[in-house]
Amino acid sequence: MWTFFHKLSSPRYFYNLSGRWLPWLAWSAAALLLIGTYWGLVVAPPDYQQGDSYRIMYIHVPSAWMSLFVYMVMACAAFIGLVWKMKLAEVIAADCAPLGASFTAMALITGMLWGKPMWGTYWVWDARLTSELILLFLYLGMIGLRGAIENPRTAARACGVLTLVGVVNIPIIHYSVIWWSTLHQGPIISRFAKPSVDPSMLWPLFIMVIAFMLYFAAVLLLRARCQILARERGSAWVRDLAART
Amino acid sequence: MKDFLYMDGYAFFVWSAYAVVVVVMTANLIYPLRRRRRLLREISQQASQNGIDDTET
Repeated sequence: MWTFFHKLSSPRYFYNLSGRWLPWLAWSAAALLLIGTYWGLVVAPPDYQQGDSYRIMYIHVPSAWMSLFVYMVMACAAFIGLVWKMKLAEVIAADCAPLGASFTAMALITGMLWGKPMWGTYWVWDARLTSELILLFLYLGMIGLRGAIENPRTAARACGVLTLVGVVNIPIIHYSVIWWSTLHQGPIISRFAKPSVDPSMLWPLFIMVIAFMLYFAAVLLLRARCQILARERGSAWVRDLAART
Repeated sequence: MKDFLYMDGYAFFVWSAYAVVVVVMTANLIYPLRRRRRLLREISQQASQNGIDDTET
């Protein structure tokens, strides 16, 4: 186990290993995205209250979950980067920010497009929506801060601290629909209760959630590999690789 | 088919939501693929300019 982590901290080893994982991740993500979208848009029955508008759920809920999940990945990577100065962790943390920002933006936009027909408004300043918007600003702040600091290691340290401070927002988002009264509906899936959604509607949602996870893993690896190439451009193995392509 | 596209009257909302997601996810996929190609080209050009006498690893 430790030797694996030790090896993983070598950029070259990570580059080769991720290259072998990528096709599997990418193709399973693509397949599940297609299946989940088809199932959610065509096969699943319309909702008895919301009609067909609820089909936005199949992209809204995975996006929103990913916006939180990516932040936790980024925070773990930032922590490892801060404590053990592991370069790979810094790379991963850096590449999480734009992806997390994308998922957050997707969650907000699809949510607005769902809110308009159901609530009668695109936006309300309630706890869930506002805390999710703050999450978007956190991600954007991370991207901006990293861009403003020339030295990648200094940038990683500054962003790492900011990331860990921002973790406080994650439980606020998660529990906002329970702690405050809001237009946003409560959780439909919980560990302690039977889900309040029929299985015929739930299955495509699970598939989409897994598809989004695989997609995130694939694009994160793609980005991390680019960053490794850029950082290690002086080393022999990168030049070899570039010469062969 | 027409019914499917009509989405129970919610066509605008459902289809724009899906369109946004498709655009953002495609962009996130294409960006690193293009960056990788550009980087590899840059690095090989640099290497051929400087000569490959440097053995730094």
